[in-house]
Order: sequence, then structure tokens, then C-alpha cells
Amino acid sequence: MKVLTLNFLTCAVKACKTTNNSFPLHPKDAELVHDEIEINRDLLVNVLPRIDWTALRTTSTELGFPTLPEQPPTAEDLQQDEKMLKELHALLLETQMMEGKLVCGHCGHEYAVREGIANFLLPSHLV
Amino acid sequence: MEYLIRFSQSYETFRLPEIQALAVLEGIDLKVVSYSLESPFCIVKLPSQDAAKRLIRRSILVQTVHELWGLGATLEAVHADVRERTSHLWDQYLTCSFKFTIDSYQGTRSGERKIDIINSFAYLGFAGPIKMRNPDQEFILFEDWPLNSTPLGIPDPKFYFLGRYLGTGARDLPKKLDLKKRRYISTTSMDAELALVTANIALAAPGKLMYDPFVGTGSFPIACAEFGALSFGSDIDGRSIRGDEKKKTLKANFEQYNLLGRLGGVFTADLTNSPIRRLPLGGDNGDNNDSGVKGRLFDGIVCDPPYGVREGLRVLGVRDPEKCPWVIPKGKEMYKLPDFIPPRKPYSFLAMLDDILQFSARTLVDNGRLSFWMPTANDQDQEMPVPTHPYLEIVAVCTQAFNKWSRRLITYRRIPNAQVDPGAVEKAKEAQETGKLLGKTADELNPFRKAYFTRFESPPTNTPDNEPVQ
Repeated sequence: MKVLTLNFLTCAVKACKTTNNSFPLHPKDAELVHDEIEINRDLLVNVLPRIDWTALRTTSTELGFPTLPEQPPTAEDLQQDEKMLKELHALLLETQMMEGKLVCGHCGHEYAVREGIANFLLPSHLV
Repeated sequence: MEYLIRFSQSYETFRLPEIQALAVLEGIDLKVVSYSLESPFCIVKLPSQDAAKRLIRRSILVQTVHELWGLGATLEAVHADVRERTSHLWDQYLTCSFKFTIDSYQGTRSGERKIDIINSFAYLGFAGPIKMRNPDQEFILFEDWPLNSTPLGIPDPKFYFLGRYLGTGARDLPKKLDLKKRRYISTTSMDAELALVTANIALAAPGKLMYDPFVGTGSFPIACAEFGALSFGSDIDGRSIRGDEKKKTLKANFEQYNLLGRLGGVFTADLTNSPIRRLPLGGDNGDNNDSGVKGRLFDGIVCDPPYGVREGLRVLGVRDPEKCPWVIPKGKEMYKLPDFIPPRKPYSFLAMLDDILQFSARTLVDNGRLSFWMPTANDQDQEMPVPTHPYLEIVAVCTQAFNKWSRRLITYRRIPNAQVDPGAVEKAKEAQETGKLLGKTADELNPFRKAYFTRFESPPTNTPDNEPVQ
């Protein structure tokens, strides 16, 4: 599961949806792998406005990556700044979480990640 | 200029929606001049021959596209039309190498007769060498014959078209993604050709994000990734994604086609309790005049939800908490164990469709598309209506008919918030309140399932024919 996907996922428990603490989910005991993929500038430009930058900064730090700038780059930045493009590409698309847990900051529920596949099914008392 | 599209004569109702979608994708102004479900020949108006080539290059249902040189019900009429349309073009083809053939649809000609007909076009004045392999230009006379013309001894076709060849569609892609050669499939994997057509109609393209909430073995995400999109998927049954956890997995399928870089992520989840972040409807059109991208994640959603017949339709929850009161407390105790599998209950197919529409309205960017498959009975009395949503406009309804039932591919476009009719939103709310389905068993919840297993028979009526013989 790419780091980009982590930016799209929040706690599945309905009561958590309205709180800010449930997003992003916090990786715990995360095992990461890095797969080299060809850079796709159009994809990154398209994806950029959909990323919750504050959440991505949190995830990036928690996964042990260098701190991201406070403000997201603009589409123009990505066109010009090759280094920024490469770094974002490496973080969002090349880095994958294979094992570990994703923890909700509100209810504390832990979603297991096994072989890159997270399990968001809930027991009946949380549905 | 007018162009001739030579379709394959299959999946007829999908053909126009597919090229119309490709016209949107390529930004080409496409006008359909003549089209019929019964014929593989379609005439369109396009701005240029370059546009014609771009339009069909990734089409699954188009065989070839041609510059239209003439048409008519008789050869004489064709000759007159060719003179009228193209005399000013002939000079360009005087010296190039060329090939001239006849393509008879539903009919045959003897070799001699073919040569006679080809020679009747001698006035075009092409003096270049004839090359049957890789000629500079290829001219094809298409003949549209009536059905069964050979056994009936019909001497001439209904209609003729003369075209100059421009390009070929992507008819080889279904072979590349053929299920028979795919590492990992299941009983309900969508066949490659229809998955690719679906991806085309849903506008999958490089740089776009596509999502399948009923991913199974990954047929749709693979088709979308083949067209360059980044694919996401989820399924309530994690086993379908994991496969045998060795060589037969969803990931292995992406690997087989060298598409692993375009697999964004797959996870186990239930659409009614989805972990995908989304804002309430209408809540994201504040002061930023973006195209609805903020808070909405996907360019397209494609899926084939379980109909509840071959594949059970279930969501998280307990079917009958009163009858089995121990299930919930037991789950509370056990849910942290790694092997815990949460209980699931049967769910209504119609409610599931509403959930898909609501989810899509909240997660699709403006003009993003939802394409999903749903079954229906062929009998009009039992036909299931096409579901509607105030934020989604129906773009196309395509039908694949079987004996007693059909499945339809329904495609919607996410309307920008500003264009949504507030009256429709109110009406939809009321309809939702009154239309809530009650029931616990699979049959009660799913009229299609019930009809399927009672062979789509209408309730018995008291006609004299049905009365026992005295």
C-alpha cells in the first residue's frame, strides 16, 4: 500500500468520522519497502490538490522521512523543481507499507496491515 | 470531413458510448452522422484525420477507421459519390504504393467479381505500384450484405462504402489481458474485453486515480492501469485480494502485465463502513473555485457489485441480533485476535446501489465518472429501474443480454455542485426515507436474486389456460 493511499484513509468507525483525530491513521511497527517506479509528472500534478498536506507531513515524519515543508508545493513548483518532484514521487508512490498497524488517534482501533493489504473490517459492536 | 468507423459487430449498445467517451478523453469534437445497432458501419464527422486516429487508438470495439471517400446503395451511386467527394484529392495518391481490397460483411464475392469491381474504380488514376504488404495507402470497399445472403442467393449487398484506411483500434488488448492466461481469477472475474470497455467509458487515463470498491481479483483496476491510470481497490472479502498468498494474488496479476507501478493500493473494507475519507455532500464548494478536487479523491469509480446470486451480497453486521445475542459480546472479546473475522449479514442489492451512488457523489471530482454493472430481468414487468442521484447525471446505459436476464453497464457523470438542482436533492431525500427496504433474508432483500431463482416467472395469473383440465 503506497503512502499516497495512507493519505486517503481514515478510521472506518462512523463515530470517528466527525473528529479530527481520526485522520491520518498513525502507522505502528511499520515495515516499508521501496520500489522504483518511473516518474509521472502529470500524475503528481493531478494528485497534489487531493492530498491533505498536514496529514501527509504527519505520516512522513511518523514513517521516519525528513520533515516536509509547511506549505504544499504548487503545480508550478512541481514543473520546475526537479528535486521536489523526485522526493514527492519517492514518498507517495515508491514507498509502500507492507506490514504493521494503522492506529486511529481517536478511538485507538488498530487496523492490521499484512503483505501490503490493510484490513478495515469492523467487529459488530463498532458497526 | 466525414469518416467511416468499422465496428466489430458485438456488444452493440456499448459501441457509441465507448467512442463518445474517447472523444471526451481526447478533447475531440465528434458528431455521429449515421449509426445503427444492426450494422458495423458508422459515419462520423471529425475535425481531422489525426483526430480520427486518436479517437479510436484505444477503442476495444472499433476495428478500423477510414476517411470516407464515397457511399451508396449501388456501385453506380458509389462511383458518383466518390467523384463528388474526392476528385480534388486524387492527385495526392497518383504515385504512392497502394492496395485496394473488398471487405464483405455477411456476404461473399468470387475472386473474379472482386477484381471486376476493383477495376471499376480505375478512374481514380492511381499509377503507383500495387503492394499487398505495407502499402503507403490502403483503400477498402466495404459491402454491407443482408443476413443469410449466401444461402438465400442474394446477388448484391444493401450498401457500399469506400474508405481510405487511417488506423486500427486496440482490438489486441483483450487478448493481452485474456482471463484464460491470467495468473489469478475467480468465478466472477469480468472478462478482459468488457473490463477494458468499462475502463474506456469511465475515462481511465494516465495520471488519473480510479477505484473499484468490489475489486475481487482486480479485473477493472488492471484494465484501468493498462490505460495508464493509478488503480485502487477494496473488497469485503480479503481472501479474494490475497488469493493463495503466493503466486495467485491480485498483485501477481499486476505483475504479470508489468503494471505494478500503477497499483495504488488495495485493502479489505466494506463500502457501508468505508475508511476512505470524504466530506459531506455539498459541503466542499466553499470559496475555492477549484473543480471539486479538494476533498474528492477519484477521477473514476468502476465496479461490478455482487448481485447476490453467484456471489453473496453481504455487509458488516449481525443478521439477527435478537436470535443470536451472544455474537456481539463475543466479538467485543475476540476482535483483537489476528484471525478474527467479523460477522456479516445479507444486504439489499438496491440499498447497495444507492450506497455506491452516494459514495461516488462524495468522492468523484467534477465530471468524474461512475460506471457499474447491474443485472435486470428481461421481462419488462420485473425490470429493475436505473438508480438515480441528484449529483450524478446518467451518461450511458449499455446492455449485455442473456437468455432471461441482462446485465447493464450504467455510467454517470459527477455534476459540479453549482449545477445540482436543489429540488432534485429534496426529492431524493424524501424517496430515501420512504423507500427503505425491510427484511433479513437474502431473498427478501434482493428482488433480482429471488427472480433469478424462480426463473423470472411472473406471478401466476388466472387465465383459463392455467386451469386444470376437468
